[in-house]
Amino acid sequence: MNFFYFASPSTFYRLAGILAPWCFAVAAILGAAGLYVGLVQAPTDAQQGEVYRVIFIHVPAAWMSMFLYFVMACYGAMSLTFNTRLAAMMARALAPTGAMFTFVALWTGAFWGRPTWGAYWVWDARLTSELVLLFLYFGFIALGNAFEDPRRGDRAAALLALIGVVNLPIIYFSVLWWNTLHQGSSVSFKGTSMHVSMLTGMLLMAFAFWSYSIGTALARVRTIILERERRTRWVRAL
Amino acid sequence: MSAVAAGSFSGAFRWAFARDLRLSWRHPGETMLMVAFFVLVASLFPLGVGAEPQLLQRIGPGVIWVCALLAAFLSLPALFAGDYADGTLEQMLLSPHPMSGWVSGKIAAHWMASGIPLTLLSPFLALQYGLDAGTLTILACALALGTPLLSLLGAACAALTLGARGAGMLLALLALPLFVPVLIFGAGAAEAQSSGLSPSPHLSLLGAGLIVGAMALPAAACVAIRIALD
Amino acid sequence: MNALEARGLACSRGGIPLFRDVSFALTSGEWIAVRGQNGSGKTTLLRCASGLTRFDAGEVLWNGQDAGTGPIAFRAQLLYAGHAAGIKDDLTAMENLRDALALRAGAPTNEALRGALAQVGLDRHRHLPARRLSAGQRRRIGLARLALDPAMLWVLDEPLTALDDAGQTIFSDLLQRHLARGGLALVATHHEVAPAPARELRLVP
Repeated sequence: MNFFYFASPSTFYRLAGILAPWCFAVAAILGAAGLYVGLVQAPTDAQQGEVYRVIFIHVPAAWMSMFLYFVMACYGAMSLTFNTRLAAMMARALAPTGAMFTFVALWTGAFWGRPTWGAYWVWDARLTSELVLLFLYFGFIALGNAFEDPRRGDRAAALLALIGVVNLPIIYFSVLWWNTLHQGSSVSFKGTSMHVSMLTGMLLMAFAFWSYSIGTALARVRTIILERERRTRWVRAL
Repeated sequence: MSAVAAGSFSGAFRWAFARDLRLSWRHPGETMLMVAFFVLVASLFPLGVGAEPQLLQRIGPGVIWVCALLAAFLSLPALFAGDYADGTLEQMLLSPHPMSGWVSGKIAAHWMASGIPLTLLSPFLALQYGLDAGTLTILACALALGTPLLSLLGAACAALTLGARGAGMLLALLALPLFVPVLIFGAGAAEAQSSGLSPSPHLSLLGAGLIVGAMALPAAACVAIRIALD
Repeated sequence: MNALEARGLACSRGGIPLFRDVSFALTSGEWIAVRGQNGSGKTTLLRCASGLTRFDAGEVLWNGQDAGTGPIAFRAQLLYAGHAAGIKDDLTAMENLRDALALRAGAPTNEALRGALAQVGLDRHRHLPARRLSAGQRRRIGLARLALDPAMLWVLDEPLTALDDAGQTIFSDLLQRHLARGGLALVATHHEVAPAPARELRLVP
């Protein structure tokens, strides 16, 4: 079995079918644990009160929104350079999940901002660049579906994803580069500025979102494969 | 027009630049309409938000920037669409010259026909908004640096939407978010000047963006055109 | 001596296979007529041979070198004329011709341009904007381009559409002259053209 064995859509279709339910199960377990730690065990924040608990959804969602875009752009680069069908399909499959997490990050941020900053929305650098990210996801999805030939859409959208990748460092470093209202990161490799149970809850949620993303991407790529390969012998045999 | 030496970037650049300028010169209507749109929209704001001088001075740079951005956007869908429909793009791709030469020439011509008129006109609009001489100069400088970047970004997006369904709306969805940083730094420069701060960080960032964009975006547009012609 | 060879070309559009295992060989002084009903993939085959469209399998060789990626040496010798001729409505016949030639090889003198336009019967209309020319007259600008471009390989997609009998004769003469000077041509056409093709390539859907 060579390295590209799973790069063939028919093999990958079966593999994805096996993996996806497991990913959803892991996501459910980790998510339940994360919510329990975050909502029950973690102490109330001294300054912000109970409101801060939004971060257990907000921060992992924001991480995933950027990470998924990065992965999507990598798949896009792969599909453009090696002309692989599966990489393009994976990029397409990731986009809706990425857009959803971007939206969740903005939405939960708004509900946290209202009691804390006194406004649902402020035009600071991080919020603006995250909003731009949401539109990049929308643009990717719309461009991919705007052509008669799906391969054409794949390649155009992949190129857009690569152009948009410059936005990621802007989002990530915006809180450092500009004096923004949005608070800086509390988690870093040097150590954290928060209680252990808060960190545990957040990491659990991050892994839950991670495996949810993999699960949805695999489930979605299965439908894309079926649609694209509907004329082939192996799909008809299903 | 001079002869094009085989496989030369500058020859291709000059060909596309001269031809597109000649075409827009022969039909100045489009540029005129764009300029009219710019002036008209900028004049709507005082009517909408009220003609209070202090308010106008404050929002002036931002409003003029947004209007310039939208006006520059108006001419983007036609940038490659005509050449795509009449087969010129195929000829460019199959010519012995580098594709990036043609594309850069077209982008430069687009800037000559959109960015430069807008930049030249902006001081007059700034006077309507009561901006002082310093702010007005910085605003024009920021536009001079920012509008070529708009043309570059817009060209890459316009090339991506060639042959797409609903290309016009799609182009807005792709290009306008990418214009955001240009708008922020462009308007930021003039605002910094009017509030007594140094505009140079904003202008430097715009300049840096322009250099990076001029190197990377024509290549991206070439790839997009290749995809469109496949 | 120049040679164009295609081996086992296959291409599909939007998941639907158009043709498979198409091979042909062409050397100096020969032309191949590509035939087939509408939708059989003639245009796509010509675009594959010119390096515009990627093909799924096979290879295109120009003088033994891979031409599928469109190297400069190949493009310098290739004149491709598709359905759309790259003619701008707002420019005159003269300007269109000069631009089309300058785009590839370098602009010839005004006398040469005038001569070529006279040869295709556009002498009196050379300063009219192309929008005021008929479809056949616009085609003739393309013929004038064939007369002046030094490219050795012509890839022409339905060059006779909209041309009247006189126009078709002009095309035959141009093709004859091109072959006589050692040129090659790959032409998709429904018409019978005077110098008989060396071979016919029939595409079956």
